[in-house]
Formats: sequence, structure tokens, C-alpha cells
Amino acid sequence: MEAASNPFKPSAVEKRKTRVESIVKWLMFGMAILLIIPVFGILFHLFHKAAPVLSWDYIWESPTNRGKEGGIWLPLIGTFYLVLVSLVIVAPVGILAGIYINEYAPNNWFTRVINMAVTSLAGVPSIVHALFGVGAFVLTLNMGACLLSAACTIAVMTIPVIVTATREALAAVPMAFREACWNMGASKWQTIRTIVLPNSISGILTGVILEISRAAGETAPILFTGAAASVAVRMNSLGDKLMPYELDDRFMALSYHLHVVAEKIHGMPEEMKYGTAAVLIALILLINSFSITLRIFLRSRKKW
Amino acid sequence: MADDTQAFSIRVNDYNLWYGDFQALHHVTVDIKPGIVTSLIGPSGCGKTTLLRSLNRINERYGNVKTTGEIKILGKNILDEDVSPATLRKNVGMVFQRPNPLPISIYENVVFGLRSHATRKELKKSTLDSMVEEALTEVGLWHAVKDNLKRRATGLTLEQQQKLCIARLLPLKPQIILMDEPCSALDAAGIERIEELIAELKARFTIVIVTHNMAQAKRASDECIYMYLGEIVEHSPTAELFVNPKEEKTAMYIQGRYG
Repeated sequence: MEAASNPFKPSAVEKRKTRVESIVKWLMFGMAILLIIPVFGILFHLFHKAAPVLSWDYIWESPTNRGKEGGIWLPLIGTFYLVLVSLVIVAPVGILAGIYINEYAPNNWFTRVINMAVTSLAGVPSIVHALFGVGAFVLTLNMGACLLSAACTIAVMTIPVIVTATREALAAVPMAFREACWNMGASKWQTIRTIVLPNSISGILTGVILEISRAAGETAPILFTGAAASVAVRMNSLGDKLMPYELDDRFMALSYHLHVVAEKIHGMPEEMKYGTAAVLIALILLINSFSITLRIFLRSRKKW
Repeated sequence: MADDTQAFSIRVNDYNLWYGDFQALHHVTVDIKPGIVTSLIGPSGCGKTTLLRSLNRINERYGNVKTTGEIKILGKNILDEDVSPATLRKNVGMVFQRPNPLPISIYENVVFGLRSHATRKELKKSTLDSMVEEALTEVGLWHAVKDNLKRRATGLTLEQQQKLCIARLLPLKPQIILMDEPCSALDAAGIERIEELIAELKARFTIVIVTHNMAQAKRASDECIYMYLGEIVEHSPTAELFVNPKEEKTAMYIQGRYG
């Protein structure tokens, strides 16, 4: 008896569809793989070249001889404080504005103007933010080039992304929760405080921290507003070392230090340049993983 | 006037409502009695949910809404300037189509309303505890959850969630409970038990229930309002409306000719 004929044999068109499907899938897979090559390429290259100088002493010592010798402590702690001060300035403004836009704002021309401002601000190049920072904070408000001016500039630069991240996190909280609260006579603020914020805070905080750490890696916004190639600070005690800068001091920062050691100074040993870059990347990765850990922790406490 | 307040707990008079330019309710005039269940039926988009949401002014939270006319609850026009929406909603609670317990503990769900209407000092733990027990007992949930009051309410079964959503209204001592298709997310056994619960509660509250399910309107309500395209077509005792409708449109709808 001959084998039963197959009523579901693929036609020529079906065979072609299958072929195209597999080509498309592998093409896209290849592109996805391409994504991770630069990441590992950069990391390997940096840490390989920087290996000779990387040590706890390198992190803990301050640069001497215009960065040719010594370590990286002053720029490192400078960037850390820059992140911290920016965070303190921008978080309340960005988060509260985001809450207003998402929870309170009526759908009218004024809200549309605010939304347009947020979108436009996000598209402004960082060097233009830097010039704005000089004009607004350093000169007009007469704050001078200092840590606070630089942090304010970073704050202005990051606020659109922080507002957007806040709105998205709030919008992810189901409407049904708000309806339930309102129908028991809770005010909007009671609803936000007791239900909406506790369920969106993980997304909000992650967005804020990620965006600020990204901005802190940039050179442009701090270039004219407070970063210095070198600073004279007292380094007598541990306290001095942990808090070398006042808000109105000029400060060293990793991104600007990298710019200086890589470009401005002759005879700079190569590993000092790579060391700076490696520490900058490591700091940003550290902040990112901190924010991811925070998100996982807050999510696990999330209540639905 | 005092007589009216006793005879009817809700009196809607020539009420119109617009969402932007679209008029969703046209000259609605209807009186709803306390101590019975009144159902609102009609095809999708006929305005029954809109009317329900007007009764505790929650519509205002959904943006561009304009109204004219009056809605008197306990003798007071709730559209007056001097009415606090929060106090109104405390007296006129709502239960939703999809059970929506808050993502907090069962205990906190029941006392949420109290907490939003009082300062922290005014609420003694012992008062709250007894209110939680009373409310959950009333909806038949106490025995199932009394050992798990700290558990998240979102982990309950849908039927339990819906009972909790009714229980959390009770500590506020409302006069009126509005229900927007309260059984549509439940299975047959759940529907039966929620309907039994409604029947138990109706003596003490004015209950208005929106439903798509005509069999449910027949089973669970004493009076029935049929709406079509934003107007009230007929308002009769349920038995009468289903057996002997006065209006041609009602007859066509309950026979299943449209809707």
C-alpha cells in the first residue's frame, strides 16, 4: 500500500514564506547581537589599557603633576557630589511637575504649552544648556562658576526626561485604583499619596537616577559652569577628603578631567587617560546597578 | 416637601449632560425610592452608566462635562455650589463592574474611606477593628478572611474582591449604593451570592444597579428604568415592565429585537 498522500503539503508560496521568515529572523538576530559588541568592546579596551594604574590607591589618591601622577579621588568625589546636588535640585521639581501634568492638569492650551516645553527642552543640545547655565546661573544670578551652578545646569538639562519618566510611571498605575479612591470621597492628593505614588515610586526613582547619572558623564554642561582642571583644597583629614568641596567652590569632575588629561597635557601617560575613563564608566555602571537594585527592591514591595 | 424626601431618596429633574459637544443625557427626570433595588437597563451607550455616575458626581473627574437641571439627594440639590463632592461620595458609594480593591491589605481597604474623611487622631484602633469586623461580617466575608486581614486584597478571588468592594463602603454609612454591572466579572455562583447580598442590603440602603443582563434585572430589582439614547423611556415596577411594558421601545428591547 502506498503512503497516504499528505493533504497539508506546503505549496510553493508557503515554502517561500518559510524561507523569508527565517532570513528575516536571523537578520534581526544579527542586529541584536551587534548591539552588545560595542559594549563589551569598549569595556574590554578600557579596562585592558587602564589595568596598569587601577588600584585602590589610584582611586583614593588625588591627581598630582597635572594628572600625570597620583590618582583620581578629587574628580571622582566631584562627580559624585555633582550627581547628588543635581538630584536634590531636580527630583522635587521634576517629580512634582510630572505628578501635576499626569494627575491634575486639565486638557487645555496651557497643559499643551507645558508639554511642548518639556519636549522642546529635551531636544536642546547639551552645549546649549551649558551656555544657558553660564548666562543664567554663573552671570545673571551671580553665583559664579561653582558646584551649585553646574548642578543647576545639569538639573535644567535633565528635567524633561525626569518629568517624562514620572508621567510614564504614574500612567502605569491602573485607573481603577483611582476610581475606587475617588468614589469613597478621597481627594486627588489622598489618592496620589496613599495609592498612586507607592505603586509608581520604583519607576520614578529609577528614571531620575538613570538620567542624572547619564548627564553627570557629560562634559559640556559643566565645562563653563564650575568644573576645574585642578583645585586647591585642604586634604588634612578624612573629613576633608570625603567632603572637599563647598557648594560655591569650583570642583573637579571625571568627565572634565578626562577631557583635560586626554587632550590638553603633553606627555600624559596613556594609562592615566584610560584609568580616568575606566573609573568614569565604572561609576556610571555602579549608579545604574544601584538604581536597578532599588527598582527590584521597591517592586518586590509593590502592592499588586 | 418632607414627604417627598421620605418617599424618594433620589429625585432627578430635567437633567442634561454633555461630554464636550455630545449630549449624553436628555431631560432626564426620574424619582428613585429608598429601601428597594432599582435597575437601569438599556443598550450600550444609552447613558445608564453616565446617569449612575452623575448621582455621586464622579463624572466630573473624567474631564469635559457640562450639566443642567437638578439632582436632589436627601432633599438637597447635589449640583449646588455648597455641596462638597467628597462628602457626597461618602454618602453615595459606588461598586464597579470589575472588582477594584486597592492594592493594600484587606483591613486597610475596609478602613480606607474612614481614613480619608477623618484625621489620624480621630480614629481609634479599637473602633476601626470593630468596623472592619462588622463590615466584613455583613457581606459574608469575615470567616474567610479574619485570619488574613493583613494580606493584600488583590489576592482574593473575584467574588471575594467584589464583596470587599461593597464592604468598604459600609463603614462610611452611606444612604445610597450605586452598582455598575457588579456581577459581570463573576461566575454563576458568584453572581448568585452577590445578588443575595444585594437583596439583604436593600432594606437599609437605596440601591441603584446598572445591568446589561435582563435576567438579572428581573431577578434582583424591584423597579426598573429603561433608557435609550440618553432618555428615560420607561420606569415601572420590574414585574410590570417585563410582563406588560407600556412603551413600544421597551417591548422591542426586552424581546431582544435590538440592544
